[in-house]
Amino acid sequence: MISLETTFAPVLATGLTSYAWLIIAIPAISAAVLLLGGRLLDQVGHWLGVAAVTASFVIAATLFGYQLMSDESARAISVPLYTWIAAGTWKVTAGLLIDQLSILFALLITGVGALIHVYSVGYMAPDERRRRFFAYLNLFIAAMLTLVLADNYLVLFVGWEGVGLASYLLIGFWQHKPSAAAAAKKAFVMNRIGDLGLTMAVMSMLALFGSSSFAAVNAGAEHLDAFWVATIGLLLLLGACGKSAQVPLQAWLLDAMEGPTPVSALIHAATMVTAGVYLVVRSHAIFSISPVASTAVVVVGAVTLLVGAWIGTSKDDIKKVLAGSTMSQIGYMMLAAGLGPVGYAFAIFHLLTHGFFKANMFLGAGSVMHAMDDDVNMRHYGALAKVTRITFLTFGMGYLAIIGFPFFAGYFSKDHIIEAAFEVSTVAGIAALVGAGITAFYMTRLMLMTFFGEKRWREGVHPHESPLVMTVPLIVLAVFSIGAGALMNWWIQDWLEPAVGNHVHEISIVPGPIGWLTMLIVAAGIALGWYLFGRQPVPAEAPASRNPFTVAGRNDLFGDLVNDTLVVRPTMFASRGLVANDDKVIDGGVGGLATLTVGLSNQVRKLQTGQVRNYALTMTLGVVLVGVIVILSQLG
Amino acid sequence: MSPDNYLYLAAALFAIGTAGVMLRRNALVAFMSVELMLNAANLAMVAFASARGNLDGQVATFFVMVVAAAEVVVGLSIIITIYRTRRSTSVDAANLLKL
Repeated sequence: MISLETTFAPVLATGLTSYAWLIIAIPAISAAVLLLGGRLLDQVGHWLGVAAVTASFVIAATLFGYQLMSDESARAISVPLYTWIAAGTWKVTAGLLIDQLSILFALLITGVGALIHVYSVGYMAPDERRRRFFAYLNLFIAAMLTLVLADNYLVLFVGWEGVGLASYLLIGFWQHKPSAAAAAKKAFVMNRIGDLGLTMAVMSMLALFGSSSFAAVNAGAEHLDAFWVATIGLLLLLGACGKSAQVPLQAWLLDAMEGPTPVSALIHAATMVTAGVYLVVRSHAIFSISPVASTAVVVVGAVTLLVGAWIGTSKDDIKKVLAGSTMSQIGYMMLAAGLGPVGYAFAIFHLLTHGFFKANMFLGAGSVMHAMDDDVNMRHYGALAKVTRITFLTFGMGYLAIIGFPFFAGYFSKDHIIEAAFEVSTVAGIAALVGAGITAFYMTRLMLMTFFGEKRWREGVHPHESPLVMTVPLIVLAVFSIGAGALMNWWIQDWLEPAVGNHVHEISIVPGPIGWLTMLIVAAGIALGWYLFGRQPVPAEAPASRNPFTVAGRNDLFGDLVNDTLVVRPTMFASRGLVANDDKVIDGGVGGLATLTVGLSNQVRKLQTGQVRNYALTMTLGVVLVGVIVILSQLG
Repeated sequence: MSPDNYLYLAAALFAIGTAGVMLRRNALVAFMSVELMLNAANLAMVAFASARGNLDGQVATFFVMVVAAAEVVVGLSIIITIYRTRRSTSVDAANLLKL
């Protein structure tokens, strides 16, 4: 099908659709109720949280059904809410835009979010602060929905910050652990750097277009000079890097594993890290006309997908392997989004399928940890396939999906990205291809170390399958990990075309040469994984390694070291200098003046002898002095 | 009549009074010396008044005498109080008025 450059102005919401704001309001109110309700809600609070997100999902699904049934020109709905800021001629309205792009996000967020909520009921059951946990989860969902449903960048920014806050609260949920508190702070601080980029981008838009609405920015971008387009694009990319944990702001993601596992699933699959991809795709008008900005997106995506995959190969912590994998997969999405109109739809496609299989695998990892007394070290696992059969089978579906096994979800979405990358740039294509091979390698390693081989369990650990409330969400997500790709493959490009202006590609079921090559490389990755970790027993302790690749991977490619050297140390140095300046120079000056005054006063004080005759002498001398002066002045 | 001699006398009395205040330790004597200084000033003013032929200086003298009388009342009562508490009228002994 040949792409037509057709865009439709969003139609005003009428009737039931004008209540679309409830999709955000319900989880937000639920969060407030849960936080304010206190102990009264301890027994039922978690189900209230689940119900709120489920209600949002029902609304999103209804809106989606409405869009499916309406004509293409009437699918994008704008829901004006109220005037937010009115100052002179300058006016910012808060409103929602429910178009083909945002509804997919809303469905993913609420759908996967609801499953994660259900799972958390079981996972967090032993935690006495479960009610608060659900309040934060609801807040997270509400903030993320605000982010994707906003119709202008300022409202988007509100959601953006809300997501940052919720992630901070959730990563640091087990605040009694210093490592969790530090991880939460790290995530928050690194996100602030990205937020600064987004803030400056939004301010530039307000200054240049007088409005931050998507419509105004899209319309105005083409008349802008190249410098400003590139600047706004790069600033938006900085924001996206922060939220989506892309190089160079990637370091927080691995530490974010300190949060409870459902949080990791929520951050990695449905919310937070997808925000950056959304931002880039939503700002397609800017990126598609600025080669500088879009090239930067491709570079960031390609570098991150390799870095993330590299880290994934070397970690023994099951959650960190998955975290590296998320970085890598988000890198794929960024890469696709940076390719321009050929890639937008594929970025979103991969984002959706990734949302399913990564949520599946994270929740599966949580289930494994549940079985292993919260041990995260894969070297202490092994032979869990029989013991935790449901977890193993569902995780297996996620595994097949992420490595791109034919006809599973990732097969469609990832292959499209690799093919599109080769169309635009061979280097990007090769990076994506190599990334696919490494993905297959580290995921095979994870599977073999966790579910196969011999038992390497610690003493006193008796693995058991998780309760139904945890396994049912796993099964649902596994079904989507299998089917989501095939379900959307022939549909998503046409669906998104009016919203993001992507070029629609012809898709054939028979893989092209690049498709075959990808499969070959994936097979090689699996074979290597089996050769190293399946053929021989895995040592229960990580063997010391001098291999520079392993050492670098185990240390997150020295991301922390780089941050430390480039940012933290100079900042600390400057801070110490400023403190020293404050202590020594400023305080010293003030203190010195005070000391001087005290010393002088102590000397002057001695004039007060208490001797009356002394005072008399002083008075007399004074009088004589005055007299002499008077007389001398008379003479002169 | 030239007031010179009266002025010399007044200056001498004033000097004696000043020296007494500064040198004597007994509070009563120091007090008397203050009176001597006041009266030296009175004498000078009366002498000037007489020399200039008007009454201004003499009027001022009355004021000084009234104030001196009041001052004597206060001063003597202070000295008596000090004597009662300290059994001494030495001004050097009462040296607590210092930091």
